[in-house]
Amino acid sequence: MSEPSELNCKELVELITAYLEGTLPADERTRFDAHLPHCSGCRNYLQQMRLTIRTLGTLSEASIPPVARQRLLSVFCDWKAGR
Amino acid sequence: MTAPLSESGAPLPVAHLSDDDARLVAALQAGDEAAFEELIGRDHAGMVRLALNYVQSLAVAEEVAQEAWIGVLKGVGRFEGRSSLRTWIYRILVNTAVTRGRREGRSVPFSALFDAERAPIEAAMDPAYFNSASQHWATKPASWEGEPEERLLAGETRSRINEAIAALPPAQREVITLRDVQGFGSDEVCNILGVSESNQRVLLHRARSKVRRALSEYLGMEPAPA
Ligand SMILES: [Zn+2]
Repeated sequence: MSEPSELNCKELVELITAYLEGTLPADERTRFDAHLPHCSGCRNYLQQMRLTIRTLGTLSEASIPPVARQRLLSVFCDWKAGR
Repeated sequence: MTAPLSESGAPLPVAHLSDDDARLVAALQAGDEAAFEELIGRDHAGMVRLALNYVQSLAVAEEVAQEAWIGVLKGVGRFEGRSSLRTWIYRILVNTAVTRGRREGRSVPFSALFDAERAPIEAAMDPAYFNSASQHWATKPASWEGEPEERLLAGETRSRINEAIAALPPAQREVITLRDVQGFGSDEVCNILGVSESNQRVLLHRARSKVRRALSEYLGMEPAPA
């Protein structure tokens, strides 16, 4: 068996979601991990992606508007009365 | 983990509800208004946001979410805990939205129809960023190391990200909203939207790549390709 070829940056960028999801096959994960230590561009890209995901997680939904809340509570009362 | 078997050898109904879900389901079945209020406070806004991918107006999305809540109340007595309560509620929302969208003549659902094998290839980065021979970076991405946390969390940054999400194709928008904004796991999103795990991942990848670029451009950190 020959050594698996080194991953290039363009390939790494397309594997990044599978990497972060933990769904990369073991051999590809090894190639991914082997690429990072000597490629600052890919390390930066990975860091940018992690920060992007973290920032997305802070986009909280607007809370329920009072009008919708009132309407839904009356829906609830109707359901409770009618069952 | 395998499901426990009854004495006859048949699987018992699946019941791996979290304590929180078990409490909410029992309270709802008992007609507890506070439990319902807790649920709508947690999920209604997100449901309206998701419904907007299927129908044409906010008013209709509100109606769809309300109809879904009626479905939740009517169905909670039969809720079996095969998924989390929140996933089950969102599934009802999507089913309701699809039905409504079809009535309006919209072509839905978006993500369930996506096929990564057939969809046109979309590169995460413009090929001009890479050396055409080695495919290594010709223009390296910048480090965001020094970016102050406050800048990433500022209101203006968040509205730029929201704009970037709004500009995504609907299937990508659905997946990134559920996964990264609302915090569902990949198996839950597959369940809610009826997409395969691999298609879900491709949609998420494309969506995240575009949002990363938008954020980088906004921060002034995206170099022009060589
Ligand atoms: Zn690289």
